[in-house]
Amino acid sequence: MISGAEIVIRCLQEEKVDYVFGYPGGSVLHIYDALFKQEDVKHILVRHEQAAVHAADAYSRSSQKVGVALVTSGPGVTNTVTGIATAYMDSIPMVVLCGQVPTQYIGQDAFQECDTVGITRPCVKHNFLVKDVKDLALTIKKAFHIASTGRPGPVVVDIPKDITAQVCEFDYPKSVQMRSYNPVVKGHLGQIKKAVQILQEAKRPIIYTGGGVILSDAAEKLTTLARKLNFPVTNTLMGLGGYPATDKQFVGMLGMHGTFEANNAMHFADVILAIGARFDDRVIGNPEHFGEEKRRVIHIDIDPSSISKRVKVDVPIVGNVNDVLDEILKLIDGGFTADSEVADWWKQIDEWRGRNSLAYRQSEHIMPQYVVEKLYEVTGGDAFVTSDVGQHQMFAAQYYKFDKPRRWINSGGLGTMGVGLPYGMGVLLANPGSQVACVTGEGSIQMCIQELSTCKQYELPIKIINLNNGMLGMVRQWQEMFYSKRYSQSYVTSLPDFVKLAESYGHVGMRIERPEDVEPALRKAFTEYKDRLVFMDFIIDPGANVFPMVAAGKGLTEMILAEDI
Amino acid sequence: MRHIISILIENEAGALSRVAGLFSARGYNIESLTVAPTEDPSLSRMTILTWGSDEVLEQITKQLNKLVDVVKVVDLSEAAHVERELMLIKVRATGKDREEMKRMADIFRGRIIDVTESTYVIELTGASSKLDSFIAALDAGLILETVRTGVCGIGRGDRILKV
Ligand SMILES: Cc1ncc(C[n+]2csc(CCOP(=O)(O)OP(=O)(O)O)c2C)c(N)n1
Ligand SMILES: [Mg+2]
Repeated sequence: MISGAEIVIRCLQEEKVDYVFGYPGGSVLHIYDALFKQEDVKHILVRHEQAAVHAADAYSRSSQKVGVALVTSGPGVTNTVTGIATAYMDSIPMVVLCGQVPTQYIGQDAFQECDTVGITRPCVKHNFLVKDVKDLALTIKKAFHIASTGRPGPVVVDIPKDITAQVCEFDYPKSVQMRSYNPVVKGHLGQIKKAVQILQEAKRPIIYTGGGVILSDAAEKLTTLARKLNFPVTNTLMGLGGYPATDKQFVGMLGMHGTFEANNAMHFADVILAIGARFDDRVIGNPEHFGEEKRRVIHIDIDPSSISKRVKVDVPIVGNVNDVLDEILKLIDGGFTADSEVADWWKQIDEWRGRNSLAYRQSEHIMPQYVVEKLYEVTGGDAFVTSDVGQHQMFAAQYYKFDKPRRWINSGGLGTMGVGLPYGMGVLLANPGSQVACVTGEGSIQMCIQELSTCKQYELPIKIINLNNGMLGMVRQWQEMFYSKRYSQSYVTSLPDFVKLAESYGHVGMRIERPEDVEPALRKAFTEYKDRLVFMDFIIDPGANVFPMVAAGKGLTEMILAEDI
Repeated sequence: MRHIISILIENEAGALSRVAGLFSARGYNIESLTVAPTEDPSLSRMTILTWGSDEVLEQITKQLNKLVDVVKVVDLSEAAHVERELMLIKVRATGKDREEMKRMADIFRGRIIDVTESTYVIELTGASSKLDSFIAALDAGLILETVRTGVCGIGRGDRILKV
């Protein structure tokens, strides 16, 4: 017989969890005590519970394993909500273990009590309150199972303190059967055949892929398929790296800040093969405008509710992307003849490409795009890049050409400022020894800046690329363009001296103010200071804006280009 | 269009709020919702009366199916089914109204299940429209209180919702 607290740890060991990100407190003291007595599961002590969840989230994004966070009841839990919602929006498998007040106190407004199950319900895939120590192991097993299967997502397990003190036999089930939860894996063969038929008839095809390709580890299969078809490929923000960005079939990211060629190709395609993507508002712009073109849509997704939600789909294929692509590849193995008109389509696409929509103006100041281009060069295109939210995020997405999946780590769905630094921690712990850059802004970085301390404690040599425009740049861009330059609250005044700040945490700080210093600074950071966290404060041209841009309510083809300004 | 959604759901604490939360979070309508355990006490059956376009209904069923606790979902109104609602209505029953109330209850096949010197409680079961008509047929001034269960329904014949 072992205690509930020991059961928690044993479950984590059974799940081969190597890192737990957390923060202790009263209701999880038994669990922390059990953690203390073993070495398999290592604990990373963050400086704010939000960061614990972000780090666990990025640990998962960059490794495909389930991320795990552990927090105390009440404020510990409420601090995790942003992190949980962030993971939920991007379908990231994660288990969050929360302490709760003892069972007999629940509902009495006890010290550090909150309705964890109630507060997190709308932003989790599922959550549990454990009411009996005998259910604890099975519940944790279910949590891992639910988090990692079907459309993945975060699962919260709320564990009252008394349960962690009670004892019972430990028996970790090898597998779980739940009559209410049986996600589909294989796609419907009839539908898949129909899809292949349509692909053969396509004259202006496009393959449009999202985070689902990354989550189901289908990047390689997607590449094989796309090459066999010789169709253009575009990725969503979440899908970057799902198809090699340096490949000639890649037309770039699409959507609000997508390339001219990607958005036009998407809009004018007569057949869209959508894979693990959900046609969200940042991707297709105004749905009415998007609906003006007649086209046939094939949509592969594990979540039936993502299909025909915003765009009517002709051939829905519900299943795991990886398995479905397998089936498609089998079907076209004998050879695939595309319609002869596809050649003309490529000519059209090349013409759009000729607009060079990612060209940006030169300046005596450092241009943020240039920093990302140099970062790409210096890291050989092989770094993990985490990002925050704002202009810097879009620049990173546009100018760092991701050839591999799980390298681009950002909050796409919820758009959470503050994720970048804790994301870097999770990535480094999942991929020790790799190059990790956090492309951020002076606004975002301050939302989880306290984690510089965690990075010191665990020696996490993240390279922070702070694209410092002294402004909430993305907000400023909208105000410049749509609010007659009334810059309401978009200046970040009283900024800290980031160099000194980094140094005070025991890291290396650099300020880079001239374009010619960009590359040397980056090189230094990635070679001389390879093993140190380096905070690079790039003072950039404050007027730089992100283009192309599809303004809110506009259609995909109604882009504003840099050359229009 | 009006739809009756039947749901088999694990009889767990919080199951109801998952369903109710889903409807409010996604802006779906709920006209009525009833829930009680089935003959298998580990399962509850929920009936939701809602309305919306075909696209909305498709989303509602898909989203419900996505809830981990939900075992099965059917749109009863897609095929032959029967539906019933129960109403208890307390009316003033004095003087000449007393006889009239009794007569109305009989016409609608209601039963008087509580009697005082001045009031009756009438129990009425039927399609929601029948309950509506009963209310409409009474003198509004005489209605003291009404309570309705909301619709519950079941498929006809071989249409069976079971695990
Ligand atoms: C937590 C949070 N609050 C507010 C926003 C809205 N928002 C989006 S971008 C942005 C500005 C970000 O500024 P900065 O980090 O300096 O990046 P920049 O756009 O200047 O590159 C804001 C406030 C958000 N995405 N997340
Ligand atoms: Mg900024």
